Amino acid sequence: MAHAKDKYYVPHGSHWPIVGSIGLFLTMIGASIMLNGSPSGKLVLVLGLVVLLVMVFGWFAVVIRESVDGYYNIQVDKSFRMGMFWFILSEVMFFAAFFGALFYARQYSIPWIGGEGNNFFTNLLLWEGFEPAWPTNGPAEVGGDYEAMPPMGLPAINTAILLTSGVTITIAHNALKEMNRRVLGLGLLATFALGFLFVGLQAYEYSHAYQEMNLTLQSGIYGSTFYMLTGFHGLHVTLGATMLLVIWLRVLKGHFTPENHFAFEAVAWYWHFVDVVWL
Amino acid sequence: MSTDTLAHDDHHDHGPEKGLKRWLFTTNHKDIGTLYLLFSLLMFFVGGAMAMVIRAELYQPGLQFVDPAFFNQMTTMHALIMIFGAVMPAFVGLANWMLPMMVGAPDMALPRMNNWSFWILPFAFAILLSTLFMPGGAPAGGWTMYPPLVLQLGDAFPFLIFSVHMMGASSIMGAINIIVTIMNMRAPGMSLLKMPLFPWTWLITAYLLIAVMPVLAGAVTMLLTDQFFGTSFFSAAGGGDPVMFQHIFWFFGHPEVYIMILPAFGIVSEVIPTFARKKLFGYEAMVYATASIAFLSFIVWAHHMFTVGMPLSGQLFFMISTMLIAVPTGVKVFNWVATMWRGAMTFETPMLFALAFLFLFTIGGFSGLMLAIVPADFQYHDSYFVVAHFHYVLVPGAVFAIMCAVYYWLPKWTGHMYNETLGKWHFWLSAVFVNVTFFPQHFLGLAGMPRRIPDYSTQFADFNWVSSVGAFCFGISQLLFAYIVISCIRGGAKATDRVWEGSHGLEWTLPSPAPYHSFEEAPEVH
Amino acid sequence: MSSGFLKWPVQAVLTALLLGQSPSASAEWALNMPPGVTDISLEIYKLHMLIFYICVAIAVAVFGAMIYSIFQHRKSRGVEPAKFEGSTKVEIVWTSIPFVILIAMAIPSARALIQIEDTRAPDMTVKVTGYQWKWQYEYLDEGISFYSNLAIDSNLARQVKSGIDPNSVDNYLLDVDNPLVVPVGQKVRILLTANDVIHAWWVPELGGKKDAIPGFINEMWFRVNEPGTYRGQCAELCGKDHGFMPIVVVALEDAEYKSWVSEQTSATAPSGAADSAGNVQPAVDVSRDYSVAELLEAGEKSYITHCSACHMINGAGMPPAFPGLAGSGLSVGDLAAHIDIVLNGKPGTAMVAYGSQLNDLEIASIITYERNAWGNDTGDVVQPAEIRAQR
Ligand code: HEA
Ligand code: HEA
Ligand code: CUA
Ligand SMILES: [Cu+2]
Repeated sequence: MAHAKDKYYVPHGSHWPIVGSIGLFLTMIGASIMLNGSPSGKLVLVLGLVVLLVMVFGWFAVVIRESVDGYYNIQVDKSFRMGMFWFILSEVMFFAAFFGALFYARQYSIPWIGGEGNNFFTNLLLWEGFEPAWPTNGPAEVGGDYEAMPPMGLPAINTAILLTSGVTITIAHNALKEMNRRVLGLGLLATFALGFLFVGLQAYEYSHAYQEMNLTLQSGIYGSTFYMLTGFHGLHVTLGATMLLVIWLRVLKGHFTPENHFAFEAVAWYWHFVDVVWL
Repeated sequence: MSTDTLAHDDHHDHGPEKGLKRWLFTTNHKDIGTLYLLFSLLMFFVGGAMAMVIRAELYQPGLQFVDPAFFNQMTTMHALIMIFGAVMPAFVGLANWMLPMMVGAPDMALPRMNNWSFWILPFAFAILLSTLFMPGGAPAGGWTMYPPLVLQLGDAFPFLIFSVHMMGASSIMGAINIIVTIMNMRAPGMSLLKMPLFPWTWLITAYLLIAVMPVLAGAVTMLLTDQFFGTSFFSAAGGGDPVMFQHIFWFFGHPEVYIMILPAFGIVSEVIPTFARKKLFGYEAMVYATASIAFLSFIVWAHHMFTVGMPLSGQLFFMISTMLIAVPTGVKVFNWVATMWRGAMTFETPMLFALAFLFLFTIGGFSGLMLAIVPADFQYHDSYFVVAHFHYVLVPGAVFAIMCAVYYWLPKWTGHMYNETLGKWHFWLSAVFVNVTFFPQHFLGLAGMPRRIPDYSTQFADFNWVSSVGAFCFGISQLLFAYIVISCIRGGAKATDRVWEGSHGLEWTLPSPAPYHSFEEAPEVH
Repeated sequence: MSSGFLKWPVQAVLTALLLGQSPSASAEWALNMPPGVTDISLEIYKLHMLIFYICVAIAVAVFGAMIYSIFQHRKSRGVEPAKFEGSTKVEIVWTSIPFVILIAMAIPSARALIQIEDTRAPDMTVKVTGYQWKWQYEYLDEGISFYSNLAIDSNLARQVKSGIDPNSVDNYLLDVDNPLVVPVGQKVRILLTANDVIHAWWVPELGGKKDAIPGFINEMWFRVNEPGTYRGQCAELCGKDHGFMPIVVVALEDAEYKSWVSEQTSATAPSGAADSAGNVQPAVDVSRDYSVAELLEAGEKSYITHCSACHMINGAGMPPAFPGLAGSGLSVGDLAAHIDIVLNGKPGTAMVAYGSQLNDLEIASIITYERNAWGNDTGDVVQPAEIRAQR
């Protein structure tokens, strides 16, 4: 190998970032135009997403090739790990904003609308008769009558699914360390299958809530926080499961060694993060 | 594309590519740093031009040039562009240029992502600026984007939200890169406590960025869904609260203002010892003070919202925590003074800017402290007193520090000395007129002039007039800065490797101009 | 002072050179916070001065050391740099001293704050509602209620390139049609809320401000010590005309206040829905036919006060948010639809229901004006009786 292992690998120029920027640009513009009510935005949005997808594949292909060809020394590997760690932390903070909103609504705004604290007149003059409670769709009953999501039933099953998938991915990880490719493949397969099962069940749960319980995104603050939190989580599960799928394909192609499997670990961490957020 | 054809071997002796491709595809920390800095200069001028519109309209009572709706667009865009387009990218640009050189690394840790985090920005600002031409105009609800007002925005609304998302993504990637570079790429022997202060302050700033930029993204996402998908986060009718947005926003917003000042602290901590020819006084205390400021910045956010009707206990808590920030900041100020004390100072342009920073930032800090006193803030809040406060910490604070850094490191970047005489002119004009511009705003605020108004009662005429004259002169002086920088890139007296007599640190061991790849062989630090 | 584009920078430079007169001769160079006319405002003023002097004292010490050092410790004086680079003892000293100072500042601040937040046991209560862009005052016990708009002469002068010198307008931008009237010496509690976006109610001389937030009610209070007129402004960005919704508070001696109240309550004669909101406008005789000239004159005034913020004085509006009225759509179309929108508003837009804000005569004259101004020339004349009929 031409590249000296003791040197930190600094890649040459790459066109993928600028492709990514253009993709992002188109996606954002397309989404905006669409939200402003003009259907032509959809076209731009789809175009942007395609460019982004091409970018992701192209970029990762380069990285994978470089990795397989042994360009990365331990220090580079460590950079990737640290990068992934801090990226996950930023995702945690994104969720924190929504948890903050949930906390604030339950702890402050709803009691205040109900007249607590220094808000006696808020209740008396503006929202007379509103009793603070959770769940609620607010004093104006935004979105109409609805049924709250019971904690038992589907959500419980989904919790079990995610917990199990946390176990299977750990099994896969251990198998990778012992170079047991069969168990590794099976573990991965089980994990992302569980992931997709989770998403499927969640989709079912949503449609049930929309059609039979009239619990929608518009159902006041309860609907808002419920769907935004579970929705973004579902999005992340989908993403994580897709990445696991890619890893699985790479395992089938014989990638990864006990020493060199950053991508695997990154996705595994991501998966654990997704698990933890759900809880 | 060279990356795609891995056939080529050792690339370290390659120079930059030629032409446009070099800048579009580059993974080199110096190229990317240059891009960031030039972009930031451009945005400084765009945001500054908007400030000139503001000051022209406020030159005298009555509405002479723009209608009130456009005035609000100017205020909002001015702030968004200055904060996200000028100051933050300038600091990231400086980090890109200097961090590898200061910690003894060949490049940034994640070079391709580095390119991406820059190239998102021009697109994000293209989106933001394009809103000026949309039906309903550009964002006009203030840079703080409070609902329900911001929801009245026309077509620009989703563009605003998504451009903020893009800026956030760029900042987060930039921050990750900086953390990883500092934590993983230091030369052997450079323990954290041997690291210079500029990397230190940036390390802490990067943590702040990672912690708060996603929160901003969350906040604006909630605005988006409230507007288009019927959620009720910020509407009392559905059980939410408009003030909830303010809490989430300022949980980002307050650390954000320290994001704009901590790297400035780092720069000043490099420059003062150089020109005092004396080591930085209390190095470790400086590091701990920076960390304390960062920590405290997470628990003071509600001092921007004392008038929203928080419970008394909340007001007291946020008042006291805010006041406490003066303690570590004071430690820094005292340490800088002690560094100067019994040194052997000379006063080249970077030192002049550093000293002006010291004086004027402290004045801004004092007015900040006054704002923290809740009963008094009931009078100050949303008046020009606040405008005076934050321009003192932002313009002679953050912006002066950036200029200080540019003058200080420009010879290392270009291999040429800048024109010292012109540099001094630039300094004195800036230092005088920044005060003429912003000092009278204290009086205006105290006398009762609210901020964000395009027209005012005649009793405020005099100081507004002074402030506007100062602003025009300050603005014109900045043309000099652009001229000095450009002509220094073009040519000038040859700079030595050490550049400054009292310089210290790894970056000065490299030749001037610094080679395309910084430390190919890691230097040993003892 | 409506000088041309080129003239003003030239003038600026000239004036700067002469260091002389500023654009307005009548202005005072107010430098500091007003001590105000309530105990609270005085308390805040003292607190403000206290912190200010503490900061000045610290500044003198810190800047003094810096300046001394800049002059004494410069290389050109041939000094050798000292070698010291830190001392834990000093660090501890300059951490603790500011800490102590801060605590000393926090104590009186907390005391004042507790007093300010004590809105209990008021003598009277006024509910204040912020609108884009006016205030509504409702005296909860007296049953008085009215809107307070920017005074018409300020409103005319503040139009872009109006050609009217603001210096010729009394209390430019700080004057309203209907001020809030309160008695001196009584604890007035203000209940603040807003109808559309967040506003803030601020009269510096009464001590501080509070936000008016839609969906919530905030409380504040004041007790005015001296009769007089006190002026302030909306202090939270609330859109286009945020700078044009002033607040005027008139504090009267008790007897005068009482007679003002009885005047208001008797003036509120039955006239459609307007009176249920307790409007202060004098009674309207709906049985009378008003002359076209009368309606047009009253209509222009009312239009400027109530409608011009959005639809502009020249009726051009600001599309797409605020539709124009000149030569288009509503004002030249179906009359009944026109009346309906003015009375009942258009949900989801800034067009509120004026039926509850204005009396029959005002609405009739505004509509007559709109249908005949700016070349609309429909010739339609609307009488108050028709408005009453359509309510
Ligand atoms: C770089 C940016 C920056 C920095 C560093 C600061 C620093 C501080 N700021 Fe400022 N601030 C802003 C940017 C910044 N601010 C902006 C942009 C806004 C307005 C946002 C908007 O609404 O649009 C704002 C608004 C703002 C408010 C809200 C005002 C209002 O809207 O009503 C408050 C209130 O507490 C405040 C306080 C402070 C304090 C206490 C500090 C402290 O960190 C200052 C500490 C420094 C010193 C005190 C001086 C040095 C110390 C000594 C010499 C030691 C001895 C001193 C003593 C013991 C007194 N700031
Ligand atoms: C880092 C941030 C930053 C910086 C650098 C500045 C720089 C300046 N700001 Fe800004 N400002 C903010 C951040 C910043 N501001 C924020 C956060 C707000 C609050 C917004 C809100 O309320 O939402 C604000 C609001 C604000 C207001 C209040 C508006 C209002 O409340 O209605 C004013 C008014 O004077 C003002 C003035 C200025 C001026 C004169 C400069 C000058 O320093 C600018 C100097 C630079 C130039 C002038 C550009 C260079 C020169 C040219 C382009 C050549 C042409 C020059 C001429 C023709 C003279 N700013
Ligand atoms: Cu109402 Cu500002
Ligand atoms: Cu703050």
